[in-house]
Amino acid sequence: MATEEAAGGLAFHPMDQFLVRPLFGGTEINWYTPTNVTLWMGLTVLAIVLVLVVGSRGRAIVPSRMQSVAELTFGMVHKMLEDITGKEGLKYFPYVMTLFCFIVFANFIGLIPTSFSTTSHIAVTAVLAMLVFLGVTILGFVKNGAHFLGLFWVSSAPLPLRPVLAVIEVISYFVRPVSHSIRLAGNVMAGHAVIKVFAGFAAIAAIAPVSILAITAMYGLEVLVALIQAYVFTILTCVYLKDALHPGH
Amino acid sequence: MATTTEEAAGHAADAVHPMLPGTDAHGSAVGMPQLVFETFPNQIFWLLVTLVVIYLVLSRIALPRIGGVLAERAGTISNDLATAEELKLKAKEAEATYTRALADAKTEAGKIVAAAKAEIQADLDVATAHADAEIAAKTAESEGRIGEIRAGALEAVNTVARDTAAEIVAAFGARADAGAIDAAVAERIKG
Repeated sequence: MATEEAAGGLAFHPMDQFLVRPLFGGTEINWYTPTNVTLWMGLTVLAIVLVLVVGSRGRAIVPSRMQSVAELTFGMVHKMLEDITGKEGLKYFPYVMTLFCFIVFANFIGLIPTSFSTTSHIAVTAVLAMLVFLGVTILGFVKNGAHFLGLFWVSSAPLPLRPVLAVIEVISYFVRPVSHSIRLAGNVMAGHAVIKVFAGFAAIAAIAPVSILAITAMYGLEVLVALIQAYVFTILTCVYLKDALHPGH
Repeated sequence: MATTTEEAAGHAADAVHPMLPGTDAHGSAVGMPQLVFETFPNQIFWLLVTLVVIYLVLSRIALPRIGGVLAERAGTISNDLATAEELKLKAKEAEATYTRALADAKTEAGKIVAAAKAEIQADLDVATAHADAEIAAKTAESEGRIGEIRAGALEAVNTVARDTAAEIVAAFGARADAGAIDAAVAERIKG
């Protein structure tokens, strides 16, 4: 890094934005230390409260703009959950809504320049995915008992194929949390890192206009990704929940 | 060579102020900060706190409130639609009543007009008959009088003719008896 800076005047530190730092100085990071993670997660909570609680304060029959946003978010997740899992799934609406709200608000807040993207960290998304995985697995066994294992026994396939399919199904079941978490963190991290790399190129005057255009384009894409990844995470959660509620194929 | 200088710089920085986990001597990230495991407990702890807070805020305040507003709106809309349907029916009914009343009024008016016409016709007929009778009486009377006048005139003509004839006969120096003259005059006049 040092030699590159000396040579071309270019400084690429695309990963520095993801560093976890203590808020009040020091270098120790204990589990309780208030860090930039704390700050930006707190801001996420604040934004959620602002839109969903303060925004819906009017309880108007004809909604204000903020209330419309709150209602649209509510309606979208509610409909998604009902469409996929049916009426029985609506019991878990607050959990699914919590996940969706956290991810979508964290993603959008992470798009503020110089902010810290909490959802770009695999530790965060892995916990989210593991919560879903463990919750769904436990729920599946509690609701269906041993019948839940029928999820892995494809009864519509020919008998000789079933053991093979069972192995594949079990593997795919355990890969779920991995893909679930890496998809979200990877998308967010990659987009932010690419923007940072383009920003590094802006130091060269000749390339700067192209670089700025590229940053603009990437930013637009990232806005899409922020919403789509939250949507994908939530819809997969609904699908897994459906498997737990109705394990038959 | 470069590594030794960097190490030296790292040691120097280490001596002055200890480094953040996952950074080099310049404070830049080494590799992926996502894989610096020292930060995991911290992130997981704050994530769980955040999720619990969001869950409580959503399940206690936001979701019941928004769900209530949506249900209330659906209720209001269906109520309004029902009311509108009812009002529409009422309007149709009112229109039917109005049409019926209008038709009734028209028939009534027609009846009244016909009755008035008949009455007038009767009056007219009576008056006409009366007038005709009067006219006939007047005509008969007039005809009587005209007949009288004519008879009077005829007599006068006869008298004048007889007198004139008698005078003329006398002027011619002849004597004529009254009877002959009368007969001759009567014959002439008749002829």
